[in-house]
Amino acid sequence: MNLSLLLFFVLAFVAVLSAIGLLVSRSAIYAALFLVLNFAAVAVYYLVLGAPFIAMAQVTVYAGAIMVLFLFVIMLLGAERLPPGQALPWQRPLAIGLAVVLLAEAGLLLVQRLKITAVLLNPAPEVNSSASLVALGKALFQMYLLPFEVTSVLLLVAMIGVIVLAKREKGELGS
Amino acid sequence: MNNVVPLSYYLGISGLLFALGILGVLIRRNPLIIFMSIELMLNGANLAFLAFASAFHVLTGQIFVFFVMTVAAAEVAVGLALIVVIFRTKHNIDVDVLNSLKG
Repeated sequence: MNLSLLLFFVLAFVAVLSAIGLLVSRSAIYAALFLVLNFAAVAVYYLVLGAPFIAMAQVTVYAGAIMVLFLFVIMLLGAERLPPGQALPWQRPLAIGLAVVLLAEAGLLLVQRLKITAVLLNPAPEVNSSASLVALGKALFQMYLLPFEVTSVLLLVAMIGVIVLAKREKGELGS
Repeated sequence: MNNVVPLSYYLGISGLLFALGILGVLIRRNPLIIFMSIELMLNGANLAFLAFASAFHVLTGQIFVFFVMTVAAAEVAVGLALIVVIFRTKHNIDVDVLNSLKG
């Protein structure tokens, strides 16, 4: 089987499984963590599809900022009671073993430049690395300048709206 | 190498993610998880955008994903603020209980 196809199916497996996990998990915190896993898998798809900037934005904006906001609100509401942690007896050695395997794998990739890095680092030549970034920036700031500016207005409106919503009235008691 | 994985595969996984998101919106009653399912649907749509952009060698798909992400960020901020306010007034966020607009 082809390596890109293999990568595709592994990522599809992770993405779909984490989406199902999001649907069936009892606790909102677990659901949020499943969603982070899903975002990470989709970010790798973006990388393979030759959109490195979008992939990085996916990781920082979605998996970073938005999910932190989600977790923050889950904690704030305090409606989630996690079941008392029952650590599996073999959890810690397994984690250490897997971490060592990951480290060895990363080191091997760095040293040997296996084919998988070629898949990730060399997408289709016409959308490659810095040239695609330059083209993206040009498209964004020339052809799509007006939508870009409208987006800033949208963000400003959202920010003001959130502040107005979350602000307590003067006489209101804290919950 | 992008021609190795056909476009239809990407569209399939994108549709699958979107359908799972819809399922989540329909079957869950926790508004936070409903929100996460909406993010899942947006993710599926973004994947379709990028798959088409890569297949037809145009940048417009990437630009659209960029805007979708911005709108998603704004939407999540406002939605979570609404959830917090609802929780503050009703002390409950189960969407089955929230059947009136009066505070």
